[in-house]
Amino acid sequence: MSKEIVFSAETLAVVNKLIKRYPEGRQKSALLPVLHVAQAEFDGWLSSDVMDYVASILEIKPIEVYEVASFYSMYNLKPVGKCLLEVCQTGPCMLNGADDLVAHFEKKLNIKVGETSEDGMFTLKTVECLGSCGTAPMLQCGADYHENLDETKADALIEKLRAENKRSRYC
Amino acid sequence: MGRKLLLEHINVPGIETLEVYRKMGGYSAAEKAIKTMQPDDITEEVKKSGLRGRGGAGFPAGMKWSFIDKKSEKPRYLVCNADESEPGTFKDRYLMEKIPHSLIEGMLVSSFALGAKTSYIYIRGEYFYVLRILEKAIEEAYAAGLLGKNIFGTDYSLDVHVQIGAGAYICGEETALLESLEGKRGNPRMKPPFPAISGLYASPTVVNNVETIAAVPHIINITGDEYAKIGVGRSTGTKLISASGHINKPGTYEIELGLTVEEFIYSDEYCGGIKGGRKIKAMIAGGSSVPILPAHLITKTANGEDRLMTYESLSDGGFVSGTMLGSGGFVIMDETACIVRHTWTLARFYHHESCGQCSPCREGTGWMEKVLHRIEHGHGSMKDIDLLVDIAKKIEGNTICPLGDASAWPIASAIRHFREEFEYHILHPEKVKDPKHFAHEPFVSSKLENV
Ligand SMILES: Cc1cc2nc3c(=O)[nH]c(=O)nc-3n(C[C@H](O)[C@H](O)[C@H](O)COP(=O)(O)O)c2cc1C
Ligand code: SF4
Ligand code: FES
Repeated sequence: MSKEIVFSAETLAVVNKLIKRYPEGRQKSALLPVLHVAQAEFDGWLSSDVMDYVASILEIKPIEVYEVASFYSMYNLKPVGKCLLEVCQTGPCMLNGADDLVAHFEKKLNIKVGETSEDGMFTLKTVECLGSCGTAPMLQCGADYHENLDETKADALIEKLRAENKRSRYC
Repeated sequence: MGRKLLLEHINVPGIETLEVYRKMGGYSAAEKAIKTMQPDDITEEVKKSGLRGRGGAGFPAGMKWSFIDKKSEKPRYLVCNADESEPGTFKDRYLMEKIPHSLIEGMLVSSFALGAKTSYIYIRGEYFYVLRILEKAIEEAYAAGLLGKNIFGTDYSLDVHVQIGAGAYICGEETALLESLEGKRGNPRMKPPFPAISGLYASPTVVNNVETIAAVPHIINITGDEYAKIGVGRSTGTKLISASGHINKPGTYEIELGLTVEEFIYSDEYCGGIKGGRKIKAMIAGGSSVPILPAHLITKTANGEDRLMTYESLSDGGFVSGTMLGSGGFVIMDETACIVRHTWTLARFYHHESCGQCSPCREGTGWMEKVLHRIEHGHGSMKDIDLLVDIAKKIEGNTICPLGDASAWPIASAIRHFREEFEYHILHPEKVKDPKHFAHEPFVSSKLENV
């Protein structure tokens, strides 16, 4: 890790605006949104250095950041591939073929759920209901929902993401 | 065609913008309320309307508002619950995405009624793109003077902010949500005190679902008495239902409470019948946490009466032969579905989402997942079925928050109504090896053959 852990001036302005939404002394309330910003800024995951930095910005103890970061499923505490493919596997998606979709990705990318492809491009993850049950099966990649998927659409998505070669981000 | 309120203008092009929303009469309820009504009069109208919370529990909204501690010197807060993570539920997303100003206007009227000067919308982390839509709508509202200082030239001022979550179903539970909004882990709080007395920052707080809040301007527009005329008995008004599973037309629908379940499932206006003309096998009416119903109890109650889409009719028969309206997450399964597999996915869900504070929930959900995995994959024993029932019973009622009950009910009800199918998995392990075991040869219950 050579990159110095400091927000850009632009990002810092966003963070300060987030903090202002809460009453005086309640800046800790901004922790969840600020962690999202930090994750997007620092390669898609939260290292302990990044978490310590967030703690210093919000003037709270590092442990207060760790305990939150480890509670919520959208924070990655380990590096992930450029594109995190989050496939929903809960009831309604399962009824409409989520199991097949996961198996298809495993085969196509030659990885198991939880693993990252050799080229560092894709991490496959299964997640619980994303509020998209009427357009199942589906997956989330960054802020985008990809719905009503079948193998053809899934393949097209992989090709598109490969061609774009960009890190997916929620924000 | 049933009466539409929330989605009346859903197909108007540009309805997501302030300009078109106002052209269709938007913010007239807010203007009427803030300029001509007293806060308590608004609460009174909401009480008269009979509006019940649309987040799942169905608690009367006006009554909840009247519990807010007005003697406290602390600021009061309205917090909108947009966490929407109950499997099968995607109605709030639809409303916020398509008509974001209906929620903002609802926040304005409701905050005024409660005397809140700052209000928050807590939205689940995965809905980042909806967050952007809401933020844009809020920006438009500020620019037009509909939020901020001296709204409609009165001395009422209001700030509304959207808070993003980060992936945790439990944050839909109102006290976990408040913890999360304070920047903490989503561990539910012990109640009492209730949020109305000590909520966000230990201040008086009302937490309401998106749809509940969005219904308020309509009540102000047509009056509480008129709203109460829609629906049946204590199930007043209209309700958003998100329908998914094996149906021809999955999606979000607004229904008048009191519609028959039969019409909802089979008419072209709503679900359009079962996919591929197959036979219906099971229904979940109100999100994954409510009891599942087998085919013969879906369109009729145990007494042979028509089952209606109301709080009362869906729960007719209690947990023996009824269910709950819950969040309005409606999931239909046809004869190719495997109830054991479906139940296992739900057990996995609750195990994953348990916050871990109470041992019965933390451990019990894990055991239930494990046992169901075993049965579904052909390694179960007959004792496992009773073991599941026993674990479910021991979780129920013994936890801090209702997630424990919510994990127990779907499993207990699946065994109650589909026990034979669980037994079949145990007796015929070779038949369930293929993960899609009932896709080609549906399981037929001997009990149901004659129904
Ligand atoms: C585990 C759990 C998850 C919940 N999830 C949600 C949710 O996503 N959205 C919601 O509005 N209410 C949810 N609730 C219900 C809330 O605790 C609360 O009752 C509701 O937000 C109150 O709003 P209402 O009265 O307008 O329905 C959940 C409850 C529990 C126990
Ligand atoms: S019931 Fe489960 S989710 Fe609720 S507080 Fe206890 S451990 Fe947490
Ligand atoms: S079950 Fe997959 S989005 Fe709801």
